[in-house]
Amino acid sequence: MAKSSPLADALNLTEKSTSAPEPAAEPVFELTNTDLFYEGRRIIQDLSLRIERGERVALVGQSGSGKSTLLKHLRSLTPAQAAWCPQHSGLVPMLSGYHNIFMGGLERHSGFYNLCNLLKPFAQPKAEIQRLADQLEIGQVLLNSVDRLSGGQQQRVAIGRALYQQRSIFLGDEPVSALDDFQADKLLSLVTHKHDTLVLALHDTDQALKVCTRIIGLKRGRVVLDAPSGQVSPQQLHELYR
Amino acid sequence: MSVCGPIKRHQPVRSSAAGLRQVSLWLVLLSLLCLFAADLDIRSADPSLELSRIGLGLLSPNFWSISEISSSAFNTLAFALQGVALASIAGFLLALGYRFFWLRAFCAFIRSIHELFWALIFIQLFGLSPLTGLLAIAIPYAGTLAKIYGELFEETDPAPRQNLLTSKGLSAFFYTTLPLAWQPLTQYTSYRFECAIRSSIVLGFVGLPTLGFHLETALGEGHYEDAAALLYVLLALVVSIRWWLKKALLPIYLVAAIIYLPPSAHISWDNIARFFCEDIIPAPLRQTGELNVWQQINSLGVWFEYLWRQQIWPGLSSTIVLSQIALLLTALLTLVLFPLNSKLFFTPSKRSLGDGLLIIARTLPEYLLAFIGLLLIGPSMLPAIAALAIHNGAIIAHLLGRFSDGIILRDDAPHGINRYFFEVLPRVYRQFLAFLLYRWEVIMRETAILGMLGIGTLGFYIDSAFEEFRFDRAMLLILCAALLNMGADFTARTLRRRLHLKTTPETI
Repeated sequence: MAKSSPLADALNLTEKSTSAPEPAAEPVFELTNTDLFYEGRRIIQDLSLRIERGERVALVGQSGSGKSTLLKHLRSLTPAQAAWCPQHSGLVPMLSGYHNIFMGGLERHSGFYNLCNLLKPFAQPKAEIQRLADQLEIGQVLLNSVDRLSGGQQQRVAIGRALYQQRSIFLGDEPVSALDDFQADKLLSLVTHKHDTLVLALHDTDQALKVCTRIIGLKRGRVVLDAPSGQVSPQQLHELYR
Repeated sequence: MSVCGPIKRHQPVRSSAAGLRQVSLWLVLLSLLCLFAADLDIRSADPSLELSRIGLGLLSPNFWSISEISSSAFNTLAFALQGVALASIAGFLLALGYRFFWLRAFCAFIRSIHELFWALIFIQLFGLSPLTGLLAIAIPYAGTLAKIYGELFEETDPAPRQNLLTSKGLSAFFYTTLPLAWQPLTQYTSYRFECAIRSSIVLGFVGLPTLGFHLETALGEGHYEDAAALLYVLLALVVSIRWWLKKALLPIYLVAAIIYLPPSAHISWDNIARFFCEDIIPAPLRQTGELNVWQQINSLGVWFEYLWRQQIWPGLSSTIVLSQIALLLTALLTLVLFPLNSKLFFTPSKRSLGDGLLIIARTLPEYLLAFIGLLLIGPSMLPAIAALAIHNGAIIAHLLGRFSDGIILRDDAPHGINRYFFEVLPRVYRQFLAFLLYRWEVIMRETAILGMLGIGTLGFYIDSAFEEFRFDRAMLLILCAALLNMGADFTARTLRRRLHLKTTPETI
């Protein structure tokens, strides 16, 4: 594993969370001629894909093109290394933002510790999560129940939960869809600072070009575009949505 | 671990859980307070011997007296069928006028008196006759069904009705409201039928010829093999309802039930007249002529004061104490057991096994469970509390487990204890409280009844009053029990509204 002290790394904004030197080509994901199914229907056909450590990949394409199915599959390949920020946030409505974010770190503690923390937050996670929430700009409402928050605030809590998983890979399915451009950029740069590898499904192509180093365009379950961000033309992106 | 200091914030914390937490805390505190006042001693020297005999009996059930078993099983079914049929007709008619306060109050009153108390009253009027059993079930059930039907009618979507030229009148009702409410209405009625079988069994304990009658005899005399056979028949009867209770067959069942057990009785009008005009009049008011009005009122006061001190207050307080402890234990048991019937925690095969256990536990009437408990460890509140908690806990756990199936967890949701406390419990807690508050009134009603087994709740004093032919006292005590239940019903409903818990009827 690349990470030595996950907490310190995850909360450090100025450096990337991995400090270990990387070999030139270490694939994080490698798929060859893969078909993917959802509820019995074939969504992705004959996919070959290689994503290396350090890449920031944007999946773009119309809704129904297979972005979510691909992301789900990537997560199932690396359940222990990938932070997961699904489209349907799956927040527990009556619990506070604090507890929802803490849920990202449940595996790091014993069941007993988690239970006590549910009754009364411990100082250490509380301080960690408060700092994280301040960065996400929900520090003021952290103790409110999630169902009393606005849609944008709820999405920040969901991102907070994914960040608190403290993994090196971040898989996000439209993680900032409920936020305006300015806020979305801020949050995405926070996410990129805390993970070395990113795969994001994004409907906003400008955002994808700004944040990611590589664009993968999907159309009807096939990869029709795969290029570094700098080499993608507006025409190519336009083509995807026709 | 220390807890960190106050964090900066400008707005007050807005929590959806705070109200639920507060009510839970009060319920727990109240129950713990009651725990100090309760008599939880175990009297019997060693229940293990009796327990092993019961275990042996369960392993070697004796079905030899098959005619006795089958006739009492048919009687049980006949009472339940006729009772629910009459109750659903009466309840339906009452529900049509459910917007009138006095009708609602009337329904609340008749359902606040337990089947067994109604039976004790009707035994004085009609003896141990089929009519007594029928009325004892039909009257309180009519009150319950009227409430549920009435609420279902109110909850229907008003749009179809508003589209009519005239939204009032019976035609509008039959074309819009009734079809909209029909499905939950029949579902609830068939659930009440299951309850009626339990009620019918319990009526055997006061002498009607149902399974309960033979169960009491067999258990009381220690013939556990016979008791086991009856118990298995009882379980089979209730568990198999879903297979044989079909809408198309209902009329046939009903006609058969009426032919098998015609609701008749030797009616002695003198007897009935004496009961109403003499027996239930408070004793001090019966000696007319000798005393003037003021003296009569005075002696009535003395009579009431004596009863309050000797029977009503002790009965009321121990009913409240016991039911409160039972409520807490029911709640705990529910929270432990509901994962048994949830796909979030068990694979389908293990889950159906778990739900089977819950169904068996809820099928046994609490009165029967308490009776067995008392046989084992002697008169104490403990078996009564355990019986109430097992029966009601299993019912709520079954429903809550089914409710939890509706939760969709995200792919990386935790497992085990973390899943229970972080993902599932917060999501089902509101519904859990709603179910629990629904059962509160039921638990209170049952607690009063368990007194008839020798624990000092209201039922004990009511039973004694009937045994001593002091019907005036019995009526006053039954009235007190009814008021207590109506109070619990009212409090629970107010709490449900305040907490924004679902107030529509559930199949519980």
